[in-house]
Amino acid sequence: MSGYELVVGLEIHAQLVTKTKAFCRCANRYGAEPNTLVCPVCLGTPGALPVFNREVVAQATRLAIALGADIHLHSRFDRKNYFYPDLPKGYQISQFDHPFSTGGHLSFIVNGSTKSINITRAHLEEDAGKSMHLADGSTIVDLNRCGVPLIEIVSEPEFRAAEEAGAYLSAMRELLRFIGVCDGNMDEGSLRCDANVSVRKIGEPEFRERCEMKNLNSIRSVERAIAAETKRQIAIYEQGGVIHRQTLQWNEQEERLIPMRVKEGSDDYRYFPEPDLPELRITQAFVDDIRASMPMLPEQLREKYSTTYKLNREAVYYLAIDIRISGYTDTLIETGSTAQSAAKWVMGPVTRSLNERGWSFDEFSRRVPAATLSGLIQKTDRGDITLGQANAVFKALIVKPEKSPDEIVAELGIEVMRDEVKLGAIISEIVSEHPEELAKFREGKTKMVGFFMGLVMQATKGQADAQLAKNVLMELLEAKE
Amino acid sequence: MLRRIPSPAAIRQSPRRLPDIVGQSLASARELSSLGAFVSLLDARAHQQAQSVVSRIESGEQLPLGGYIVAVKDNIAIKDAPLTCGSKILDFHQSTFSATVIERLEEAGAVIIGKTNLDEFAMGSSTENSALGIALNPFDPDRVPGGSSGGSAVAVAAGICHASLGSETGGSVRQPAAFCGICGLKPTYGRVSRYGLVAFGSSLDQVSPFAKTCAEVYDVIRVISGSDQRDATSSAAPVPDSACLEPFSGKLRIGLVKDFLEHEALEPDVRIAMNDTISALKKAGHELVEVELPNAKYSIPVYYIVATAEASSNLARFDGVRYGYRHRDVTDLASVYDLTREAGFGKEVRRRIMMGTYVLSAGYYDAYYTTALKVRRIIADELVNALKYVDVLLTPTTPSTAFKIGEKIDDPVSMYLSDIFTVPANLAGVPALSVPWSLDSKGLPIGIQLMAPHFTEEKLLSIGAAIELLRPEGK
Ligand SMILES: [Zn+2]
Repeated sequence: MSGYELVVGLEIHAQLVTKTKAFCRCANRYGAEPNTLVCPVCLGTPGALPVFNREVVAQATRLAIALGADIHLHSRFDRKNYFYPDLPKGYQISQFDHPFSTGGHLSFIVNGSTKSINITRAHLEEDAGKSMHLADGSTIVDLNRCGVPLIEIVSEPEFRAAEEAGAYLSAMRELLRFIGVCDGNMDEGSLRCDANVSVRKIGEPEFRERCEMKNLNSIRSVERAIAAETKRQIAIYEQGGVIHRQTLQWNEQEERLIPMRVKEGSDDYRYFPEPDLPELRITQAFVDDIRASMPMLPEQLREKYSTTYKLNREAVYYLAIDIRISGYTDTLIETGSTAQSAAKWVMGPVTRSLNERGWSFDEFSRRVPAATLSGLIQKTDRGDITLGQANAVFKALIVKPEKSPDEIVAELGIEVMRDEVKLGAIISEIVSEHPEELAKFREGKTKMVGFFMGLVMQATKGQADAQLAKNVLMELLEAKE
Repeated sequence: MLRRIPSPAAIRQSPRRLPDIVGQSLASARELSSLGAFVSLLDARAHQQAQSVVSRIESGEQLPLGGYIVAVKDNIAIKDAPLTCGSKILDFHQSTFSATVIERLEEAGAVIIGKTNLDEFAMGSSTENSALGIALNPFDPDRVPGGSSGGSAVAVAAGICHASLGSETGGSVRQPAAFCGICGLKPTYGRVSRYGLVAFGSSLDQVSPFAKTCAEVYDVIRVISGSDQRDATSSAAPVPDSACLEPFSGKLRIGLVKDFLEHEALEPDVRIAMNDTISALKKAGHELVEVELPNAKYSIPVYYIVATAEASSNLARFDGVRYGYRHRDVTDLASVYDLTREAGFGKEVRRRIMMGTYVLSAGYYDAYYTTALKVRRIIADELVNALKYVDVLLTPTTPSTAFKIGEKIDDPVSMYLSDIFTVPANLAGVPALSVPWSLDSKGLPIGIQLMAPHFTEEKLLSIGAAIELLRPEGK
C-alpha cells in the first residue's frame, strides 16, 4: 500500500422476512415462477395505492435494537424517482431525510482482534424487480421482487482494510439471521452489498474522491472487489492521475470491476415526500415490547458462554451462531444439564444427526425436545448409563420421537454392569491375556489404560460402569506381583 | 333544466322500469354524442346492474342509490372497462380492478352507464386537452363545459344521468359544475378513497360528485365516503348518516372573502350575482361577515408547484414498458421512454411533467418545492382558522362564466387563473361546494362556492340546499 490508507463505507441491503410485501398483500417469497407474485399495487397499475405493512416495522425495530441505534418514532417515506424497466411505478418508495433509525454500531472479530464500526443510518425501502439481460441484447423482467421490504444499513466510512469489510458483512449477516430479520442468502439476493471506496495518504485529514462498487454478492466478492479497487486507485494516484467518481460493477466470474454506464444527471433522484403514505409513527411502548421479546444477541451470548459457563472458544462461537442452537443449548442447561455436557452434546451427536439426516434444527428440536435430551444427558452424567449406551439411546430417540429415554433404555435392554466381582473377573482375564501391554504400563506407559478400557468396554458390550471398571482395572494394573 | 329521465325517487316507486330507463339514458348519451361527454358506454354492465338492482329492491333491500343512473370520469378504474384518462398513452388499457368508489356505488344500487371525457390526466380547466375530442357546454356549444371533469358535468347538465363522479385536484369539479349550472362537491381530503383514481396530485386529489341538487350530491357522497384499507390517506372520521338531506334551517354566520369579491379578474355579471346572493342571504336573516385571507393570492403558484411535482412522479409509470401505448419506432430503452412519452402525452401534460421535474431538481428544490410546501401550510392554516369563526365561507366559484372554446387554450396562465377561487380548498383539504345561482346576461350559469371545515360535508350540503331555495328561480 506504500503509504496509502483505504477508506471504505458499506451499504447493505437486507430483504426483511415478512409474510407479505411492504406495500401490498402479495407473498414475500423467493423462487416463485416469474411475475406470479404481483398485484396492481406492486405492478404500479394506474389507480393502485400502497398501504404500509406493519410487519416491516417490527423487523426494522428488531434490527435497530440489535445495532443499538436511535429509533425515530416518526419517520417518513419519500419517492426516489428514476426510470428503469424493473421499476414499474417510475419511483421507488424509500426514506430520504427522515430515516427509520440513525446511529448504532456492530462489533466483529478480524485477525483475532475486535473491531467496531459505527452505523450512519438504517432506512426502509421497497425492492425493485429483477432485470435479466439476454444474449440477444433484449431484457426480460421479473417483478416478483417489486415491493419486497428492504432495510438499507449504511455504515460510516470506517473500514481500513478489505478483510474488515468482509468480516463486518459476515457479522451483519449472522446478526440478521440470528434475530430473524433477514435470511441472509446472498446468492438469492436477499442480502446485497455496495461499497464506497477511496484511498488517501496516511495522515491526510480529508477523504479523497470515492467510487461506488455495486453487485458485491458474496463476502469474497466484497473483499476481492475492494482489494482490486484499492490497487486501481493507488496505481492512478502513483501515475499522477485523478480519480473521477464513478460506479463500478464487480464481475464475479472474471473477478474484475467494470465501469457502469452513467447518464448525465441520472443521480438526481428528485426525492420528495411520498404523498400516498402518512408519516410512519410508532410508539415507545411498541419499541419496548419488541425489546422485551428480543433474544440475547450473539455478542451477549458469547459473553455468557465464555464467562459464566467457561466454555472453550470453539463452543462459544458454535453455539452463538444461530438462535435455534443457542436457544436449545440454553434450555438443556436450564433443565439441569451442565453447560459442558450440553455444549458437547449439541456440537457432537446433535450436529452429526443433522448432517446425516439433512434435518433443519427446527425439525430436530421437534423430534427431540431439549427437555428430553437433557434427561438423557443427566442420566449419562450421573453414570446411570454409559456414554456408549447414551449414544445408542440417542440414535433410537431421533427416529422414535414418541418414546422417552427411559422407555428406550428398557427397550434396548440397557443396563449398567456394576457387579464388582463379575467385572473383576472379566478385567483380570483381559489383563492376563495381554502380558506385553501390562509390561509396557509398568514401564510407565500410562496410555495403556485407554487400551485396556477399550477392551473392557468391548467385552461388556459397553455396559460396564466406566468409573467402576477403571477403578478395578487400575487396581489390577498397579498390583505388585 | 333538462330532465331526460325520471328522478331516482320516481324509479324507486316502480323499480321494474329501471332497465328501460337505463336504456333511455344510454340512448340519449348516443343522441347527444356531439357534446363529447362520454368516451365509452358500458351497456352490458349497466343492463346487468339494472337487473340486479331490480331484484334487490323487489326482495326488500333498501338501496341508498337505488334508481340512480351515474356516469364516471374516465380516470377512475372500473374492472374490465377501458381506462383512458383522456390520453393516447393509455390506448386500449383495460382496468384489472375497480376503484373503491365504484364498488361502493354499485353496492348501493347505482347503475353506471359509461365513462366520461376529461382533460388528459385531469390536467386542464376546459376539457379541451383530451386526446379523445373536446366536450361542449350544453348551454352554448361554442363554449367549454369547464374541466377537467367536463364530461361528467355535461352528462348531468344535459340530463343523461342523475349524478356523476369527477375528480378534483384544484377545482376540476366545482369549476365545471359552475359552468354547467349543476352542483359539485369537493369533499375533505381523505373523505373518499382514492384507490382506483389515477393519481395526478396525490396530496390534493379527491373523487368528487356532481348532481343537479345538493340533496342528490348528498346521496352520492354519503355512499362513497369512509375509510378504505386500500388507501392509507383515507380518513376514519365518521361518515354522514342521515338518510336524506334537509335544507339547513337555522341562522348562519357566513364569511365573505373580501379579496375574492374584489378580485380584478371577476367579471361584472359574476359580481352582480354575488351581490344578489349576499342580499338574499341577509334578507333570509343570516349574518354576513368579512373575512381576510391575505395569503390566498399565492394559491395558484403554490398549487402549480405541488401538483406538478407530484404529477411528474405519478406519471412516470406511463413509460410504454408494461401497458398502454408504445411508439413503434423504438430501438432501445432510452427511445422507449423518449418517443413513447413524447408522442403519448399531450402538450399540457408534457408541460406539467416538465414543470414538476424542474421544481424537484437538485438546485431548485428548496427555492420552489420546499417554499411551496411552507406557503401551502400558511394558506391552509389561514383558511382553517377563518372557518373557526363562521359556518361557511362564500365566494364566487369562478371569476367568469364559461369561456369560448379555444379562447384560453394557448394561454396556460390565464387558463390556470380560472381556478383561482377553488384551489385554496384543495391546498387546505377542506370541503367546498359549488351551487348554481343564476344565469349571466349571455344565459350562462353562474356558480357560488361555499367552503366549510374539515369533514362537515353534510352541513355544507344542507347549507347549499338552503341556498337553492333562495335562488331567484329556485322557489
Ligand atoms: Zn403486490
